[in-house]
Amino acid sequence: MNAPNILGIIGSVVILVVLFELLRRRHLREKYAVLWAAVAFGVLVLTIAPWVLNTAARLVGVDVPANLLFFVASMVLMVLTLQHSYELGRLEDKTRTLAEEIALLRLEQDSIRRAADTGSQDDMSSTEGSETP
Amino acid sequence: MVMPAWNEQDAIGSTIHDVTSTLGVDVLVVDDGSIDHTAREAMRAGAVVCSLPYNLGVGGAMRTGYRYALRHGYDTVVQIDADGQHDPRYLPHLLEALRTRDDQPGADLVIGARFAGEGADYQVSWVRRMAMRMLAGTLSRLAGTRLTDVTSGFRVANRRAVEVFASHYPAEYLGDTVESMVIALRAGCSVTQVAVEMRPRQGGVPSQTPFKAALFLGRAVMALALALIRRWPDVPGDREPAATVGGLP
Repeated sequence: MNAPNILGIIGSVVILVVLFELLRRRHLREKYAVLWAAVAFGVLVLTIAPWVLNTAARLVGVDVPANLLFFVASMVLMVLTLQHSYELGRLEDKTRTLAEEIALLRLEQDSIRRAADTGSQDDMSSTEGSETP
Repeated sequence: MVMPAWNEQDAIGSTIHDVTSTLGVDVLVVDDGSIDHTAREAMRAGAVVCSLPYNLGVGGAMRTGYRYALRHGYDTVVQIDADGQHDPRYLPHLLEALRTRDDQPGADLVIGARFAGEGADYQVSWVRRMAMRMLAGTLSRLAGTRLTDVTSGFRVANRRAVEVFASHYPAEYLGDTVESMVIALRAGCSVTQVAVEMRPRQGGVPSQTPFKAALFLGRAVMALALALIRRWPDVPGDREPAATVGGLP
């Protein structure tokens, strides 16, 4: 077992441990964890059994196995960032809706309070002494 | 009447006075996360002020306004810029276009379009003019009527259009004007325009450089393309158009 292999094994094990820990502490949602776990397992498999990569490269007709690895890796990264863009957009949409709702609710609350202040000022002052209009 | 406002403390007061002195309407100012005294000035001028917690853009401000209108049972919503470039005296003309005349059904959305070849304040570069023409041409074809000033922020919507806009009003660039119009058309609303004369802005700085004009063209194409290919969820609006035409709130 040579140095790159050991590096690969250590790398994928670290990713798996961090994933597990993040999930355990509920810092990571399961839908993202699945993707990263797949990546980590992939690296683990390739470092323990490099012949998998060679066979795969021969099957799809790629001359240099490393090229297949680079291609797959870049595709995975692209899909991941695309998913993040998508999630970000959804979140922006949701926060926008929330911001609008909050503004409307604040307006509603203000008008209710103003109506209460002018409508029943005597009641207010007797029951809630601390609140001065 | 909904007035989206972002850092318009110098103009908002006089704009509101202008509106309330000529017409008997309720004014809602949607303060779009302003960092100046827009909200205070608007309140002092007698408007109802709805303050967004942070800047959402005109689209966000307007959707808030349309939601407010829907919840409070207004039949007609007027959108007008806070900088005072829209003359409220033209409002009756716009409202007239909502009504059914003879056997011609009224429109659901009326745009206040500025006159072609107007004052020197609207001297725009050819790039921008081309972009505007392209937008106007495409939207005219969609609407089946001649529209010349599709980016105008002076518009009147009836109940049907208000319902559409309360649920779908894009916050993206040009979404508040171009894309929202496409959405309205897709939802089965009819759109028409009424010529109005616009005044120079009473505050704020108009942005005009060749680079910005080119940028505008690019973004306009983008916005239009997106608006046309996007699918929008169904909106509640499958009723007789004429039945929902209402008067002033």
